[in-house]
Amino acid sequence: MATAAAQFENIDTIPLDEINVANPYLFQNDTVGEYFARLRREDPVHFCRESRFGPYWSVTKFNDIIAVDTNHKVFSSEAKLGGIAVQDMHGVEGALELEMFIAMDQPKHDQQRKAVSPVVAPSNLLLLEPIIRERAGAILDELPVGEEIDWVKLVSVELTTMTLATIFDFPWEERAKLTRWSDVTTASPETGIVESFEQRREELIQCAMYFKGLWDQRVNNPGGNDLISMMAHSPATRDMPFLEFLGNLLLLIVGGNDTTRNSISGGVMALNQNPEEYRKLRENPALVSSMIPEIIRWQTPLTHMRRTALEDAIIGGKQILKGDKVVMWYLSGNRDDTVIDRADEFIIDRENPRHHLSFGFGIHRCMGNRLAELQLRIVWEEILKRFSFVEMVGEPERLLSNLVRGITRLPVKLHAH
Amino acid sequence: MIKVTFVSADGVRRTVEADEGLSAREAALFNSVPGIDGDCGGVCACATCHVHVDDAWIERVGLPEEGSMESDLIQFAEGTTATSRLACQIPMATELDGLILHLPELQH
Ligand code: HEM
Ligand code: FES
Repeated sequence: MATAAAQFENIDTIPLDEINVANPYLFQNDTVGEYFARLRREDPVHFCRESRFGPYWSVTKFNDIIAVDTNHKVFSSEAKLGGIAVQDMHGVEGALELEMFIAMDQPKHDQQRKAVSPVVAPSNLLLLEPIIRERAGAILDELPVGEEIDWVKLVSVELTTMTLATIFDFPWEERAKLTRWSDVTTASPETGIVESFEQRREELIQCAMYFKGLWDQRVNNPGGNDLISMMAHSPATRDMPFLEFLGNLLLLIVGGNDTTRNSISGGVMALNQNPEEYRKLRENPALVSSMIPEIIRWQTPLTHMRRTALEDAIIGGKQILKGDKVVMWYLSGNRDDTVIDRADEFIIDRENPRHHLSFGFGIHRCMGNRLAELQLRIVWEEILKRFSFVEMVGEPERLLSNLVRGITRLPVKLHAH
Repeated sequence: MIKVTFVSADGVRRTVEADEGLSAREAALFNSVPGIDGDCGGVCACATCHVHVDDAWIERVGLPEEGSMESDLIQFAEGTTATSRLACQIPMATELDGLILHLPELQH
């Protein structure tokens, strides 16, 4: 395919030191993959001296990424050092600072993660599966067959919100609040989601009050399987200071919102672009279980995580200095064909489909990975029961973001069996 | 060849043989023993190869050092016990011939 980016600059001849893969437009027009391919070939641990995010290292190969991700004693996630994205987190006057363990180092990270982790452990999820399945089916049954619809709006967003509402046992009619709070948590005024940091603060305080209400109801009501009841009753979490509880709760909401939504959309795109794989799936729906991790690899819903070096270190032969910003590009590592066979192809029956970087590795490895997989498996099983073909009938639109690999619009037409 | 027995959460015993130097994770995967995912490829980065070493064997197998990557990771696995280990970090050796490992119900 002749590249859209080639119209602007020639990816193969632009001087290496002018490459800035964190430019959000490269993600929106989906050309960043060609820059990553060049870096993997010519300069796999690449230094970008100047960008609007400051200077940063790009780590682009699978094994180098694992080396950084598993070296948490040297590569810090601490919010105060800039946090976990190429764009620094910074304290803004008037913003409500929520502490989340995804942006903490040991030992605090470990204490908090240990406390919260059991609520999304696989054995717990089994209890929620039947309700999620029933509700997913109801959403799919409502969809009009044979007309053009926006899959993102009517399906991906709806299903993700529904699952969140289910795992929190959130009042059903008010479930849109969850999506709103998730968007607000990660919003700054330039995103257009909130107008000011004061507005963000106001909304998050409302969110806090709302959850406090649910907590108060459930703390005296043992036996609930939802995440709020579990946190209200577990010895590890029931005495958590309220802001800490809120931070953890919002981390569960934010962590599972955009990522799952975009995996649901990304799967439809991948199958349409690879009709032979769609045919295999129709003939053998049991392939859903290996297709789900492949969709998650293919989509790579979070393109990167960032760390800050606490001391000098060597990665892929390059000298990283104390204080340097180091970006692990999962999207690039997931296309590294020295580790993943035919990495540029979408193949739904791979032998080791879970050998991908989309959930990260090491102590910060995604805590919601099994929940994400469960949700996607249910969705695809229910789609296959109802529709012979979810046909893409127009060009998808992509999110302007260098972190969330998002699809904002996906026109499709449904075909019944 | 070294013999190792995997006992599933519902009590099914599977005994397999593995070459010295392979890990207990590989012993299971190469012989199609279910119950170990091993998502990271065996490099101690995911904790989806969690096993409980049989009490009779824990002394010979040993426990991970405090502060090591293995012990940092294992604390987040589901249902850990005093004999929890990551199977990718247990190399098969002659003194472990006959080893018994218990598999958890599910890997997180
Ligand atoms: C396909 C969907 C998802 C993807 C691709 C994804 C991806 C990630 C990634 C890349 C990380 C950081 C890993 C690292 O730094 O090494 C992470 C952490 C995390 N994710 Fe997910 N995630 C997904 C779904 C979810 C869901 C559904 C939840 C909700 C339960 C969730 C909760 C978390 C939490 C709590 C962390 C922080 C873990 C820690 O710092 O110890 N994620 N996720
Ligand atoms: S296979 Fe990943 S930690 Fe053992």
